Amino acid sequence: MPALLAPALLTIDALTRTFGALSALAGVSLTLEARERRAVIGPNGAGKTTLFNVITGQLPPSGGRIVFDGRPITGLPPHAVARRGVSRSFQRTNLFPRLSVLENLRLSAAAGAGGSYNLFGRVERVTAPLARARETGAAVGLAERLDTAAGQLSYGEQRQLEVGVALATRPKLLLLDEPTAGMSPEETQRMTRMLEGLPRDVTLLIIEHDMDVVASLADRVTVLHYGEVLTEGTFDEVKRDPRVYEVYLGSE
Amino acid sequence: MARALGLALVVAAVLAFPLSVGPYPVKLVQEILIWGIFAMSLDLLMGYAGMVSFGHSAFFGIGAYTAALLLPKWPGLLSALGAPALAAALGALAIGFFSIRVGGVYFIMLTLAFSQMFFALTFQNAFLGAEDGITSVPRPLVFGVRISSLGAFHLYLITIVGAAALLLHRIVRSPFGHVLRGIHDNEERMQAVGYPVGRYKLLAFVIAGTVAGVAGSLYTQFVGSISPDAFLWTTSGEALLMVIIGGTGTLNGAWLGAAAFILLQSLVSSYTERWMLILGLTFVLFVLFAPGGIVGALRGRVGVRS
Repeated sequence: MPALLAPALLTIDALTRTFGALSALAGVSLTLEARERRAVIGPNGAGKTTLFNVITGQLPPSGGRIVFDGRPITGLPPHAVARRGVSRSFQRTNLFPRLSVLENLRLSAAAGAGGSYNLFGRVERVTAPLARARETGAAVGLAERLDTAAGQLSYGEQRQLEVGVALATRPKLLLLDEPTAGMSPEETQRMTRMLEGLPRDVTLLIIEHDMDVVASLADRVTVLHYGEVLTEGTFDEVKRDPRVYEVYLGSE
Repeated sequence: MARALGLALVVAAVLAFPLSVGPYPVKLVQEILIWGIFAMSLDLLMGYAGMVSFGHSAFFGIGAYTAALLLPKWPGLLSALGAPALAAALGALAIGFFSIRVGGVYFIMLTLAFSQMFFALTFQNAFLGAEDGITSVPRPLVFGVRISSLGAFHLYLITIVGAAALLLHRIVRSPFGHVLRGIHDNEERMQAVGYPVGRYKLLAFVIAGTVAGVAGSLYTQFVGSISPDAFLWTTSGEALLMVIIGGTGTLNGAWLGAAAFILLQSLVSSYTERWMLILGLTFVLFVLFAPGGIVGALRGRVGVRS
């Protein structure tokens, strides 16, 4: 596991987010080492998706600090966070439904390469994002479906593309919000194998309800409960913790 | 290859038109060209970036008035094209800066409000001729030649309108144009993968406004005068109808929409005063039965909403 000298890739310090009287995040602190694969688990309403939304700038925090790759990103707009190398997938599939699979991936890859104000060139001639899009398409198992409109894909394929669009930007940190949500057991297995096969230099923070997926993917697990970190450790450590059993695992 | 040949034939036909027929049909074609490029600039916003503006007349009017003010003193291309384009671009930058912050109905209302402000301003401004506008605007001098004959103006118009149309076609195929389509399809995700969406929308708004300004300037040169009506919401509304009738998100649909609109207007208005009623009915039928517009119907997508 990470050496003490390795600087953290992501440091979250006393992060809070309130909605009126509700504290969705009540002081979350979390440190993620580069190359780590971390799962965030917790019952519904524990604040997992809110945590993602605040990290990626979809929601401004009410308090606290987020440092990514040595620089503060607290409260930056989503595009600026993405530019720093943080990418995310969404729990509810969030694609470009009328555009082809290839174009979904290409737009994302082009954003990762700095976006484009190129007004007069031709998309087909800008080859780097296209190559990255094809590569990512193959990585998420959609090489045969590149010309299909995203809206026409099966649900499972849309989930694969959801991860693909997040991955195509070449992120340093990839946040995956329940990538296997609503999938059949076979689809879940395929997704798990695909995620296991991701290059190790992509640090992963993954919200997941399926404990088999967590067990096979995560180096460490953080348990959220009512907007606070209940405990943190390896999957086996967390599994043996009676409090975790009480609030979460026991209810499954 | 077949497409290029078809295009060449159409261009040749439009070019040769004034030689074979009288002045009235030629003027109709010229009007269609001017309104067509105006509508096409709106289609860049509506059909590609998904920004439905109801204030596109602001830039048409700015271009029209800039040309009307400058041409009597300096009859060159700078007054006929450069200055109107620049003025409209600056206007679009200012209006866009505020308008792109909101979406949907609020964007429609804000752009409408800005254009009506321009209408009120020109309507009351004595320097701009108040409600009468500016009349007797001379045609420009191009390379020392005054573009006054029907044929010369036709050639001049086709050159400029054609160049502007090619520019817009080029833009929608560019990486930038594809970013606009992505914003249209899913703005939130575009932001999440790293696009500063506001900047892209503002640039699209400025490009569309600039082309609309050129269209406005050409309109002043075509008619020889301009009145505050250029800024009126009906100018925006007509362009919107042309885009929808022709086919949103097709660019070339704008020609067909403008042609349908103007031909219907000139045809029906010679029989009845109620041509607006006929036009309204036509529009309703299109929206109900051919939401893809004329281009959509030609492509056989009738009734399919994309």
